[in-house]
Amino acid sequence: MDFLWTKHIWLIPFWPALGALANGVLIPRARKTLDVVSTVAIGSVAMSFLCTVFLTAELASLRIGNPAPVEYFRWIDAGDLRVPFALLFDPLSATMCLMVTGVGLLIHIYSMGYMAHDPDPGRFFTYLNLFMAMMLLLLLADSFLLMFVGWEGVGLCSYLLIGFWHRKESANRAGLKAFLVNRVGDAGFLMAMMLIFVTFGSLRFDEVLSNAAIRQASPTMLFAITALLFVGATGKSAQLPLHVWLPDAMEGPTPVSALIHAATMVTAGVYVVVRCAALYSAEGAASALVAWIGVITALLASLIALAQTDIKRVLAYSTISQLGYMFLACGVGAYVAAILHVVTHAFFKACLFLGAGSAMHGTGGQTDIRKMGGLAKTMPRTTVAFWIACLSIAGIAPLAGFVSKDEILHHVFVSTYAPARTLWTLAIITAFLTAVYMFRLFALTFHGDEQAMKRGAHAHESPSVMTIPLMMLAALAIVGGLALGLPYPPGLHLLNHFMRGWLIIGRHHGAEDTGGLGLALALAAIALAVAVSGAVLAFRFFRGPYRRVELLQRRLGFAYTLLSRKLYIDELYDIVIVGPAVGLSRLAADVTDTRGIDGIVHGAAAIAYRAGEGLRRLQTSHTRVYALAMLVGAVALVLYLARGMLF
Amino acid sequence: MGLTLEFGFPVLSTLVFLPALGALVCLLIPRERAGALRAVPLVFAVATGLLALLISLGFEPRAVGSETQVAYQFAERMPWIGPLGVEYSIGLDGISMLMVLLTALLGIVAVLASWTSIEHRIKEYMICLLLLETAMLGVFVALDLVLFYVFWESMLIPMVLIIGAWGGPRRVYAAVKFFIFTMFGSVLMLVGILWLHHLTGTFSIPELAARAPAAVAASQGELLFLLFGIAFAIKVPLVPLHTWLPDAHTEAPTAGSILLAGVLLKMGAYGFLRMCVPFFPAATVAFAPALVWLGVIGILYGGACALAQRDVKRLVAYSSVSHLGFVILGVFVFNLQGLQGAILQMVNHGLSTGALFLLVGVMYERRHTRDISEYGGMWDAMPLLARLFLLVALSSIGLPGLNGFVGEWLVLTGALRAGHAAGNYWPAILATLGVVIAAAYLLGMYRRVFFGEVQNPRNRGLRDMVRREVIAAALLLVGIVGLGVYPRAALGISERTAFNWLDTHAQALEDVDVGRSFGMPQPPTRGQRGPGGAPVGGVR
Repeated sequence: MDFLWTKHIWLIPFWPALGALANGVLIPRARKTLDVVSTVAIGSVAMSFLCTVFLTAELASLRIGNPAPVEYFRWIDAGDLRVPFALLFDPLSATMCLMVTGVGLLIHIYSMGYMAHDPDPGRFFTYLNLFMAMMLLLLLADSFLLMFVGWEGVGLCSYLLIGFWHRKESANRAGLKAFLVNRVGDAGFLMAMMLIFVTFGSLRFDEVLSNAAIRQASPTMLFAITALLFVGATGKSAQLPLHVWLPDAMEGPTPVSALIHAATMVTAGVYVVVRCAALYSAEGAASALVAWIGVITALLASLIALAQTDIKRVLAYSTISQLGYMFLACGVGAYVAAILHVVTHAFFKACLFLGAGSAMHGTGGQTDIRKMGGLAKTMPRTTVAFWIACLSIAGIAPLAGFVSKDEILHHVFVSTYAPARTLWTLAIITAFLTAVYMFRLFALTFHGDEQAMKRGAHAHESPSVMTIPLMMLAALAIVGGLALGLPYPPGLHLLNHFMRGWLIIGRHHGAEDTGGLGLALALAAIALAVAVSGAVLAFRFFRGPYRRVELLQRRLGFAYTLLSRKLYIDELYDIVIVGPAVGLSRLAADVTDTRGIDGIVHGAAAIAYRAGEGLRRLQTSHTRVYALAMLVGAVALVLYLARGMLF
Repeated sequence: MGLTLEFGFPVLSTLVFLPALGALVCLLIPRERAGALRAVPLVFAVATGLLALLISLGFEPRAVGSETQVAYQFAERMPWIGPLGVEYSIGLDGISMLMVLLTALLGIVAVLASWTSIEHRIKEYMICLLLLETAMLGVFVALDLVLFYVFWESMLIPMVLIIGAWGGPRRVYAAVKFFIFTMFGSVLMLVGILWLHHLTGTFSIPELAARAPAAVAASQGELLFLLFGIAFAIKVPLVPLHTWLPDAHTEAPTAGSILLAGVLLKMGAYGFLRMCVPFFPAATVAFAPALVWLGVIGILYGGACALAQRDVKRLVAYSSVSHLGFVILGVFVFNLQGLQGAILQMVNHGLSTGALFLLVGVMYERRHTRDISEYGGMWDAMPLLARLFLLVALSSIGLPGLNGFVGEWLVLTGALRAGHAAGNYWPAILATLGVVIAAAYLLGMYRRVFFGEVQNPRNRGLRDMVRREVIAAALLLVGIVGLGVYPRAALGISERTAFNWLDTHAQALEDVDVGRSFGMPQPPTRGQRGPGGAPVGGVR
């Protein structure tokens, strides 16, 4: 077999980078029509997708061992710190790249319709392509340091795209918030990288993530590294306590929310943990931390989602919650299940966001679900796609969301980690809440009471360029789970099969014994029952008269307010972090610096001036500068002459 | 010592005095001919830049003089003031090579930035600017303490004039403050130089590096370290000796700010590298923990001050305090990552902050205000400026892929490595937080200046950047992007010098180890020694 593509991993991020360069710099302003820029952008992502497919095909034909990284040039060298620019295409990065380029391609196509009336499509597609390049670099990097380039690069694109409508104050604030919260996480990532370097003497994956190297490391150091990496992951993947930026990030255009803030970038944290599976498997305490943060985030985010009224914010909290599931899976050592959920989540959540975008498009930009409703009649395609994605995320068998969520729940249940049953219970409660908030959203947006139906009559269906990607994603949200992760028989689980060579790692909490088919069926039945009951309950209640909903909110009182105000976490941060930081900086700039240090300087100058005044009578010197220089000179001269006596 | 004239032609002297020759030519041009008074300095600045580039191509980064001596290339040496033993001795090693390149590049940018912003007394201004460039180049190539001091002092006068005569509203205050702070340090350094000569009988820097450690007693060494160190600490500047900087940078005209931040601040760090550590190793051991902490304090304190600024230029000025904190931290952790990071950070700060001042100057020239609240919506008003400014701001906050990241990351790694050996991680942890603060103040300012609607009618109808301004920015952006993608271009030049520096001084320091530099007692096990252990294995 002749391996044509293996050396050319660089082509995958190259195409979108070239697209960004073309749309951003090379194409003259006058030529930047929607057709030109979108063709360049979509074409580059399509090229990247094709390259990924070819490389994956070659990778799949590689029978034995793991592929070696490909080195391109020396990048950062300082002494024994040597990090080349090298890329790695292994089953994990292949799976992620296929998902990113595939879903990315559909969202790029959709954007062509969605951004058709925007005055600046050139800038939009430049950012979007730059994002793709950075995301692919993140996934293909062969070292932590190069991964960090992509890691912060996608953060930059996220910042730029959240604030894409730069005249909008709230969008700019949201972009800045996203960047800064992510930087806090990135500081953790930076520290983790430094510790990795002092512990392992390298930053390359093959040298750090080998069991032999890990056995040499001290457990304390391993815990510090894994915990700090996870701090980075909580920033990028919006987990507690760094989740606050993601709901605000919905200020950006909806395709951005779908691509960056749902399907791809936010899963980078999961990718890092899975990439470092060898480290996490060796360090139980960090794995437990990952599992607990994951499950608590999943639960709290789904609770908050119940009380949100902005269609995109409901979806944002839903994303946070689903990412929590992925981390829960990582925490119990079910890394393949986590990646499977990453992929299926990309399908149904991208579908949901694009559906929401289509609904907004059809209603003239309405985002408040209390003012929407009745779109089922006027926007049939969008409604069907959205409905399928809702079923999928709620966990209705045999849709994709059910398959991957069930695999996670199963692994949690049979995990050898002591409080596994508690984790499972919390996860099942989250599954119920997921079904409830999703069908609340679906009922209020697309159905609703009579008044809502009247409102919906004015809406119009979106053009095909938007609905076709939507339907393709809906199709993937149906079959994606079974196609990639058929639960039974075990041998036909495609993703497991593809990654099996890669997964030679110690599983810390993972059980060898999965409890047999009986347990699997029982757990699946429970999950399905919970999902169906949640969905049915919510749909029946919320498609009824809206005053019933308002009555319930009043009955719930403070509990409802607490959830609708997102547990007051933003307010808490304002008081605990932002306020003191601003206060301290004012103190430093306006008190310490100008009055403290400069106060002393001015005091000294005043004394020198007085002395100068005194000297002036004797020497008729004119400027205080002159006097001071002379004074200093005299002191120095005395000091020099007295050196013999002093020392 | 091997310090001889390498070429028949004194290339390095030509480089140093080329701008001064330009100043002389300017002197002959009648003051009415404004066009010539702009073109001639530009020609000389560009020629200096090209010559510096040529020299860097001939520079052999791997050259080693002897077992323990750094090789100075393009060296020239001749007696100057005979009876006192003062020599005219100049040469380049990897560190000074980078600084010379940076100075020559910023020299061109400075002339371009002064093109239309200086309208009065162009002749005197350009003469000052060119003399300043000669002095700056001289500081970096001087290998004799007296020569160094002469260049160091001759930098002061043109700079004070540039601030005081062509600066902003509070220019006189700023110029006097700058003068007094710097003069204070210079006088102490002069005392140090004379005293050192008294003890060793030589002014030659390479000879002193070899002989001073043995010739200077411990107690004298500490005092001498302080005499030199305070002068350098003012220049860097280290908190709390920094308050001249915000005023001087803010009031100076654009070119003045570019050169102040881009070049002059580096001389403090350069002085520590070239003199304090090599001459007084024992004192270095004593003061390194304090300097490490002053570096960290500078990073955080400078960042905190920048966060509260309402004046764009003042904000950028405080960001320099923060960035130079990284340099000092990197120098005094004594390993190759820290040192190479510090050297690269010196270059990066010159490029990024130089570019920031340049672009702020572009805005100032159109609006004549530095007040952040006067702006808003500049993305619409000046689209090209907005995009370039964003790129430069991102490089300044250390976005990976651009230049700032590599230097900062190496310094942080060096600090953590040293801290790891000593069991004290706090300097590295606190310095890492500086990365978050940098994003907060720069992007926070960027949001207020560039995003949002154009509220202020005076911001409408502004002319976007003209070609001359774009060229000036492009000169810096090449470095900003280039060094981010391929940092070896700079790291390779200083690698050998940095390695030799650590190797030599680690041996001279005898029992300096990184543990001590963090104030932690440490058993002298060879394997954990930062200076001896870590870098020796590092260079191939």
